Amino acid sequence: MSTNVVVVGASMAGLRAAEQLRAAGWAGPITLVGEEPHMPYNRPPLSKEVLAGKAPFASLAFRPRAGVADVEWRLGTRAVRADLDRRVVELDDGTVLPYGGLVVATGMRPRRLRCPGPLTGRHTLRTLADAQGLRESLTRPGARVVVVGAGFIGCEVAATAVALGAAEVTVVDPLPLPMVGPLGELLARALLRRHEQRGVRFALGTGVTGFEGAEHVTGVRLDDGTVAAADVVVEAVGSVANTEWLDGNGLDLTDGVLTDGQLRVGGRHDVIAVGDVARFPNARYDGVPRRVEHWSIPTDTAKHAARVLAAHLTGTDAGLAPFAPLPTFWSDQHDFRLQSFGAPVLGKEDVRVLEGDPDGDVLAGYHRGGRLVGVVALGGRAAAAAAARHRAELLKQPALTA
Amino acid sequence: MKVVVDMNKCQDHGQCVFAAPDVFRFDDAGHLAHVPDPDDALRDEVEEAADVCPLQAIRIED
Ligand SMILES: Cc1cc2nc3c(=O)[nH]c(=O)nc-3n(C[C@H](O)[C@H](O)[C@H](O)COP(=O)(O)OP(=O)(O)OC[C@H]3O[C@@H](n4cnc5c(N)ncnc54)[C@H](O)[C@@H]3O)c2cc1C
Repeated sequence: MSTNVVVVGASMAGLRAAEQLRAAGWAGPITLVGEEPHMPYNRPPLSKEVLAGKAPFASLAFRPRAGVADVEWRLGTRAVRADLDRRVVELDDGTVLPYGGLVVATGMRPRRLRCPGPLTGRHTLRTLADAQGLRESLTRPGARVVVVGAGFIGCEVAATAVALGAAEVTVVDPLPLPMVGPLGELLARALLRRHEQRGVRFALGTGVTGFEGAEHVTGVRLDDGTVAAADVVVEAVGSVANTEWLDGNGLDLTDGVLTDGQLRVGGRHDVIAVGDVARFPNARYDGVPRRVEHWSIPTDTAKHAARVLAAHLTGTDAGLAPFAPLPTFWSDQHDFRLQSFGAPVLGKEDVRVLEGDPDGDVLAGYHRGGRLVGVVALGGRAAAAAAARHRAELLKQPALTA
Repeated sequence: MKVVVDMNKCQDHGQCVFAAPDVFRFDDAGHLAHVPDPDDALRDEVEEAADVCPLQAIRIED
């Protein structure tokens, strides 16, 4: 049996997994396979500082821990297939890599809109290359920008486009409020007001039926037949998990790769999943497997899963309780920050203002069964600090059962 | 071990304070303060703090 650990996906989750394998005592060979040509880099600045031209691309590279100095990097190379029974991964250059342990860290790619019209002028944002292309378009004088999707990335891009001096910025979404999925109504309304005050327009409660223009997009056609003029379109309509390379192994790949409570895949002890692509149950909450696309998750999952895999490879027992991270995310938009701890999404039906008020700095508490399950701050530094004060309380809560 | 924080990058996320409370804290004015030469026994904590900084503002020098 091969003693090599193969990590597929050489971004944040893949890097952290390799580092944590070393920290957990795995001294054997590790190969990291990554489709992008770059060493792992930080994505959040792509929609903020990098897009705004405030951070050079070179500043994004992650600081790797010393322990991974000897791993083999296969960048610019894609895994095309895996056979989990034979324990091999096949790469697009024909290489077949046998493994003793496999780490699934292939993350997400942007979902695309499937409607008629030209493709040129339409952007998505996930990679460095995407950010470079989008920045070029957004900085053309007089750019009229339509962002489709009022989620996390859509709202951030709209804010950055305003800062870059775009002539018009419109956000389109079939939902009635921006970020209402993760935030619920109270904060989504507060968010909408803030964006509008800073010059972003919204077309809410409406979908996109097509794009106007011959070769280059000139407008976005909405449900009601009206057309929003556009030189630049950003499609920020969610993401799709990169799991096709795992097809044919009888795995549940309906939304990412399903894991057990120890982040193991398909009932096997030699395959783990980390980062955005992992759909895992969180023992802190209701045990329902979910993917969590927050920056904190690659590090949290890598730490736990690497211990599980290292113990298996060395024939020891990791002796770990089920994975139970406290999720956290932030989002910088215009001059304010959203800062979240816990799982507000589980308490959206019962949101209470804990501090401040929705027109200024505000801290909202999200409750389920009367209990606090998450907090979200909207505002400046003081609001974020107020959210952080509730973190210990959220950590102390007993497990929430279904 | 020497710990260097690039205060031009720091945006007060506070993740380092959670990860390594023995080394990082917010002072009374809400600014990040840290122990520049922590004991080597705290290395794991500091490594973790550096990992969870969204701005990659923490450097560890030996
Ligand atoms: C623009 C942007 C802004 C963000 N801002 C925030 C924020 O403000 N706050 C926050 O909490 N989170 C934010 N996030 C989310 C955060 O960045 C992600 O949760 C994190 O990047 C996930 O890391 P990952 O390694 O799991 O996946 P990814 O970063 O998606 O990495 C997966 C890697 O695998 C590679 N890959 C895919 N398929 C294959 C294959 N078959 N073979 C080889 N390699 C493959 C891909 O090329 C990619 O490099 C943002 C994300 C984006 C895109």
